[in-house]
Amino acid sequence: MTPKTKPPDAFSPGETPTFEVSARESLADAQLRRNLGKATQTIRRKRAVAVEEMPDWEELREAGRALKERTLRHLDTYLLQLEESVTRAGGVVHWARDADEANRIISGIAKDKGAGEVVKVKSIATDETKLNEHLESEGIHAFETDLAELIIQLAGENSSHILVPAIHKNRAEIRELFLRELDVEDLSDEPKDLTNAARLYLRKKFLNAKVGISGANFAVAETGTVSVVESEGNGRMCTTLPPVLVTLMGIEKIIPRWRDFEVFMQLLPRSSTAERMNPYTSFWTGVSEGDGPQEFHLVLLDNGRTDVLADEIGRQTLNCIRCSACLNVCPVYERTGGHAYNSVYPGPIGAILTPQLVGIGKPGPDSLPYASSLCGACYQVCPVKINIPEVLIHLRGKVVRHKQDKGTLRQKLDPENVAMQAMAKTFLDPKLYENAQRLARVGQWPFARGGKIRSLPGRLAGWTAVRDLKPVPKQSFREWWKEERG
Amino acid sequence: MRVALFITCFNDTLFPETGRATVEVLERLGHEVAFPEAQTCCGQMHFNTGYQREAIPLVRRFVEIFEPYDAVVAPSGSCVGMVRDLYPMAADLADDADLALRIADLAPKVFELSEFLVKRLGVTDVGAYYPHRVTYHPTCHSLRMLKVGEAPLELLRNVRGMDLVGLGEAEQCCGFGGTFAVKNAETSAAMLGDKIRRVLDTEAEVCAAGDNSCLMHIGGGLRRLQAGVQTVHLAEILASTEEG
Repeated sequence: MTPKTKPPDAFSPGETPTFEVSARESLADAQLRRNLGKATQTIRRKRAVAVEEMPDWEELREAGRALKERTLRHLDTYLLQLEESVTRAGGVVHWARDADEANRIISGIAKDKGAGEVVKVKSIATDETKLNEHLESEGIHAFETDLAELIIQLAGENSSHILVPAIHKNRAEIRELFLRELDVEDLSDEPKDLTNAARLYLRKKFLNAKVGISGANFAVAETGTVSVVESEGNGRMCTTLPPVLVTLMGIEKIIPRWRDFEVFMQLLPRSSTAERMNPYTSFWTGVSEGDGPQEFHLVLLDNGRTDVLADEIGRQTLNCIRCSACLNVCPVYERTGGHAYNSVYPGPIGAILTPQLVGIGKPGPDSLPYASSLCGACYQVCPVKINIPEVLIHLRGKVVRHKQDKGTLRQKLDPENVAMQAMAKTFLDPKLYENAQRLARVGQWPFARGGKIRSLPGRLAGWTAVRDLKPVPKQSFREWWKEERG
Repeated sequence: MRVALFITCFNDTLFPETGRATVEVLERLGHEVAFPEAQTCCGQMHFNTGYQREAIPLVRRFVEIFEPYDAVVAPSGSCVGMVRDLYPMAADLADDADLALRIADLAPKVFELSEFLVKRLGVTDVGAYYPHRVTYHPTCHSLRMLKVGEAPLELLRNVRGMDLVGLGEAEQCCGFGGTFAVKNAETSAAMLGDKIRRVLDTEAEVCAAGDNSCLMHIGGGLRRLQAGVQTVHLAEILASTEEG
């Protein structure tokens, strides 16, 4: 069977729709709204409990942030140290500047082993590089083995959540999918039956694959140990059964010392699945003779990360440990779901990571920093204290300055830009400002009916689609003040 | 103490009654209130929408106008959040070390009304009377940027005659978000729908908050639905007395 490929996103060639266009579609999907609302509310509540029981949670967050910040400051040193440690332990380290280089390295290894099929365990980095599509073009079928990744691969869809890629689907939908795609005769929608069907299908894949491909949550510079944190055990099978293991890892995933796990292994499970400890944590250091894969390749991926590192405000984005707590608390994500972001990285973290990795100046990714009401719920839960609202605002500035300085004439004459310039000038001069207040009072008469405004023209129409607008009152505060106190 | 009122351009133009109520509460507590008439806008809308170069001159103006005062009080968590949290970023962007120093001096003196009353003055009872069933929406910037915590609720609990009812999922954003409400109007509307459902669940006749921007959004939706629930700024509740 040929696995289905995923729809294009921000990391594919070509343009993607803006967030507001894609969000419209998701917002209208009642089943999706119900599935997402239920799932995010449940995990939110559970996370709050798991965090509440930690007396030193704030200290842990601060430690996580400080560790990440120091690591990123000395990333060059730690990366070389990691290369040395992994090599010493019998592994092979590859450096990939971009997605193409990473994909070619990995397909080269698979072809070298004569593998027509590879098994993969959840790795968002490989989704970022579009590895599956590349392998398919080289005649190699890649099979996802994480249950949720399997579900969306069978459906030919993109992940909609960092940790729970199939969060948008309920079990009735999954049952129908399995009946159609897995060639099973009878199936209930009980989680136990659904996982059993997946297990039977996946076991064969695990046992036959010559090459396993994984992502990494952490890699320790001092020891060369790579770690994957998961819930199902499929990751462990994928990283131990095939004779050859290839791990693709973003360069920011490095931690300096083994003992740093003390901090991150407390922060990650509680933030992501609201568990004190996750069910499966795998560690491997190079190769061990007669046990597990006898060949190990670590591919270190840049793909825009060093550009992010060069940005003083933006670089905190690289602190991310992919826990997805920010998605679960985000009021925007809860309603639009992950597909509206058109990126392998959805939600608040995706809204700041995607445009930084692919660069400013593309309509789809440029719309992502605006996919937020700046409510700050994400920053409050982030286990490594990424100030997401701050980075969102910073990126909005970059998007606007890019349009103003490098944009087309049409972008420069955009009504929003023109209005913003005019308002900024008005606010600089109290006389102009007071005139504008009076003008607003006069100018609103065509719209004001019976003490309220029910419809506005142009871009402001979105406001009056669902809300009335209060007309500008007869007297401003400053007019009252002058009259009473002046 | 020289207390300056930072009315915010939004309240000045659209909600003058909130400004009058703020003056009334502060004067009732024995403070002399100054209104620097040169003030216009703090630059939040420009800054948060990405028009940051345009916001920098507004930041400079604000600092010049308000730095002579001992305290600056605004009936808006959001605009105070701009000054306290984002002005340092504006100074960095302007690459102006002198401006950064002046902001560092000014920012701690700028307060949202409820935190000024409770945390700075230590007052939780302002002698208000408001015989209505009220629910309170803690706006995001008051809650998460300024961390005003229980301050507004402490003030409301001491209002005589009032029936204060808790709001479900209170800490979730109402969906206003400044230009977000226009740029992502549909998502904003979806968030508003859920907030309105929670407000209606309380059976309150008044939904109060410390920010008129969020209230204009929530109130605009409630009025469109003819829901029979009014939105009222916290300052106006605190200004109400038995005498009227």
